[in-house]
Amino acid sequence: MKKRVFRFYANYEKEEAWLNEMAASGWHCVDYLFGRYLFEKGEPGAYIYRIQLLEYYTNHAESVTYLEFLEDAGVEVIASHLRWVYLRKKTADGPFELFSDKESRIAHYKRIIYMLLPLALFNFLFGTGLLGRVRPINSLNLGAALLLAVPIISYFKRLQTLEKENQIRE
Amino acid sequence: MSAEDHGALTEAVFYILLALHEPRHGYAIMQGVQELTKERVVLGPGTLYGALSTLVEKGWIKALQDDKNSRRREYVATDQGKAVFQAELERLEELLTHARLILGREES
Repeated sequence: MKKRVFRFYANYEKEEAWLNEMAASGWHCVDYLFGRYLFEKGEPGAYIYRIQLLEYYTNHAESVTYLEFLEDAGVEVIASHLRWVYLRKKTADGPFELFSDKESRIAHYKRIIYMLLPLALFNFLFGTGLLGRVRPINSLNLGAALLLAVPIISYFKRLQTLEKENQIRE
Repeated sequence: MSAEDHGALTEAVFYILLALHEPRHGYAIMQGVQELTKERVVLGPGTLYGALSTLVEKGWIKALQDDKNSRRREYVATDQGKAVFQAELERLEELLTHARLILGREES
């Protein structure tokens, strides 16, 4: 049995949590494209899902090597778009965490923030009319800026907590 | 080695450099470290790959094959990487010596 669900997530951690909730109830995501998730019915909790932003686009040699290495480690790439990859591993094969130390978690949050922040700023400047010819306030751009600001703030908070801990122990 | 290279290594980098005293590919590093530490240190794939590319950039390790697209790319520690590792061992030994010295004195 299959089902399609349309959803939009600005925060990848919430998206990841939702995929894992779905998996726990027996719906395993097998594909994703622009807000469209495809689920397959299966044994509840059979997979653990993770989402990652890669350093390079998925067809770059570095990313290809990484994705092949993931395969060796029993990780399946169910979908990718731009630099995002959707991964899953069988729960029976043990725990599945992409990052095992603070340094790499910090690096991942920073990578996402560096990607989102310029987008948010650009939309903010266009939305307020500070940039471009559109003088009246452009609510579409402002909305996009706001939508991006929410996860950025959440990532910043996590980053701060991690960096504070990092001063005490590895 | 620059002054920056004298800081403590992260546990991931320590074990990667140790494992790469012989050529190994990513998955073998992960498994080797897991076995050696009896599953105390389980390197996440994202952590391992991030560290590998940083270490290549620093020149502490190098990829063996010329074909960058090759599956199961092997890495090995460079002389510089081995020197950094040696310096770290000395630093760790110093820490232990100091701890034993102070604690030993307090106990007796």
